Amino acid sequence: MASLVDLLGASAGNVFRIRFHGRGGQGIKLGARALGSAFFAEGFEVQDAPRYGAERRGAPIAAYVRAGRAPIHERGPIREADLVVVADESLIPVATAGVLEGIAPASVLLVNGLTSAETWRERLRLRGPIATLPPAPASAGAPPAGSACAGAAARLVGAISRAALEGALREEVAPLGARAVEASVALALHAFDLMAPHAGSVVEGEAPRLAALPSPNWIDLPRELPDVAAPDVFASATSVEVRTGLWRTARPVLDPDRCHRCSWICSSFCPDGAISAGAEGLPAFDYDHCKGCLVCVAVCPSHAIRAVAEADAEGPREAAR
Amino acid sequence: MSRRLLTGNAAAAWGARLARIDYAPAFPITPQTEILEALGGWIEAGELDAKLVLLESEHSMIAAAGAAAATGVRVFTATSSQGLLYGMEMVFTVSGWRAPFVLVNVSRGLATPITLEPDHTDVLAARDSGFLQIHCATSQEVLDSVLLAYRFGEDPRVRLPVIVNLDGFHLSFTREPVEIPTPEAVDAFLPPFDAGAVRFRASHPVSQAVAVLGSGPYSYFRYETHLAAQGALCVYDEAAAAFARACGREWPAVEAYRCDDAELAFFLIGSLATRARDAVDRLREAGVRAGLVRPRLLRPYPAAAIARALEGVLAVAVVDQNLSMGKGGVLHAELASALWGAPGAPRALVSFIGGLGGRSVTLEEFREMAEIALRAGREGRTPPPRLLYTAEELREVRKLQAIAHGERAALATEGRS
Repeated sequence: MASLVDLLGASAGNVFRIRFHGRGGQGIKLGARALGSAFFAEGFEVQDAPRYGAERRGAPIAAYVRAGRAPIHERGPIREADLVVVADESLIPVATAGVLEGIAPASVLLVNGLTSAETWRERLRLRGPIATLPPAPASAGAPPAGSACAGAAARLVGAISRAALEGALREEVAPLGARAVEASVALALHAFDLMAPHAGSVVEGEAPRLAALPSPNWIDLPRELPDVAAPDVFASATSVEVRTGLWRTARPVLDPDRCHRCSWICSSFCPDGAISAGAEGLPAFDYDHCKGCLVCVAVCPSHAIRAVAEADAEGPREAAR
Repeated sequence: MSRRLLTGNAAAAWGARLARIDYAPAFPITPQTEILEALGGWIEAGELDAKLVLLESEHSMIAAAGAAAATGVRVFTATSSQGLLYGMEMVFTVSGWRAPFVLVNVSRGLATPITLEPDHTDVLAARDSGFLQIHCATSQEVLDSVLLAYRFGEDPRVRLPVIVNLDGFHLSFTREPVEIPTPEAVDAFLPPFDAGAVRFRASHPVSQAVAVLGSGPYSYFRYETHLAAQGALCVYDEAAAAFARACGREWPAVEAYRCDDAELAFFLIGSLATRARDAVDRLREAGVRAGLVRPRLLRPYPAAAIARALEGVLAVAVVDQNLSMGKGGVLHAELASALWGAPGAPRALVSFIGGLGGRSVTLEEFREMAEIALRAGREGRTPPPRLLYTAEELREVRKLQAIAHGERAALATEGRS
């Protein structure tokens, strides 16, 4: 009979710690689950979890996979990862996404995007291995980035067979329908094959040595008066401060020749107040705060507003401050 | 028996499914909603023969749960945080009806400020309600505890509703391997609810919630509920033994990990316990005789089992993932009252507040807590309670405050112009 000690397991040994970064809607949760299931099929003890708050599509989210030969006792966010998977390269410069947090010299960075590994190495001054994965085209019903990243990560850790990866994808994508399953499997296996030169480059982190850890930098919280210590926010200012333009995957772009100058329509429908009437009655977009919902594209009577993928757009994601 | 990856939420739903629930009143709230979605999916697919009804609030949901339980059917419901508080009037009311059911609470910190991440101040607000409470550390424990909760809550000697608690995010959304027991094993452990006298029917009206004038009847009914809760301790032990026979897993009221020769013990509840085990193992490797005591049952309070587990321990580091404003950690105060005057009780109980709003407690913090508690035990001087909070965390808050105060100044200037 299993005792409580057996159930929770003895001391943890080496553990793969893998952190995924992406945007809401790119299939990061699904990708992490697929990788977790593939590890599990290979006989690993596994823990996987997404992390998100009240954000919406396009906002930065993360997911975590831990896998080892003994039951996993850690929980919550992974700070020091053996592999960091970035499903959307535009997140790397976004400080709040925390993509580069806790990257050690031995950590492997996998970036889904067109920028070369050499460019990233130079720009980020990273010494560790960097692998890049060319982005897959959008396909039938499956968020492509998550599946492709799961496939690439499976090859990088070296402990997962092609068959285990495929089985895991089939299981996790099944609720999205047969077409999505086939598309996801194809994407994941293609990415798995592309990563052959880097197979097994991710090394499991060792259990930390207690004596080597620094003392926590605890402080005594000072007692402060309520005009400092009450959690007040001032909406009219805070909404300006939060650059929700970072969440956008596509932006509205105006064709002034087709615009009828009825900017009260697009500006009224904009749920974020990110459209104002500009010069000569033409609508002006506030790209610092436009989240890319594209309601304006849908309501424009003269079809003067079109959606442009953020990767193809001219100009910065948010205005320079 | 099959082993698969399940989130804490999915494990809770599996517990309800294997318990063959009849009725699930529901109201959505993050991070609990997936539990009721899973049940709804199974009912839709014909895999679970139960009725799920969406109510208009948690207040109505808990009233419906109690009323349905009073008809003698098996009832399951779930909520979290602000939802539990919104239903709190009914939480206290229905326990007195003596109609048992199971409520899964997915712990999430309370407003203000509002958060989505876990701590235990929500479920501890129901501490004095008459609901019994089981606190879980793993997804496996969530599934098994739902089954245990029905068995001991429905026992004719108890007849009280039970809260099964799991932590938001750290368990609710985290998948880990879970063994799903066979329906046959569960059926042998948990027969259909034998309602006995609990059979409210429309054709036989009964008032479940009488008003009393005078303290005699009031004290009688209140104290009877208390006695039933206390008596549930030995009923729980019987249920846990029966569960071990049926399903092969032991879930004692109090987990004592590596405590036999321990000089130092951590004392905490919930999913932080797996990290604490890790810390105990590391400390043992470093030559510190460390252990962990974790009450799974918080109501009824297993005082005797806790005192036994801590016998001979020099110092205890109590980690409260909750905060009673103006007092401090709830577990610390309860432990102190349980151990006061007990022979062989630890010399020092040091209070730490950690994990508020889902804050991680790191390995080095466990090491530091162990050192502080051991020093207190050796010197016979207990330091004041300590919030686990670093200079870096305060620095982040200062950045936010700089923005907020700048905004206030800007708005004040606008207002004047």
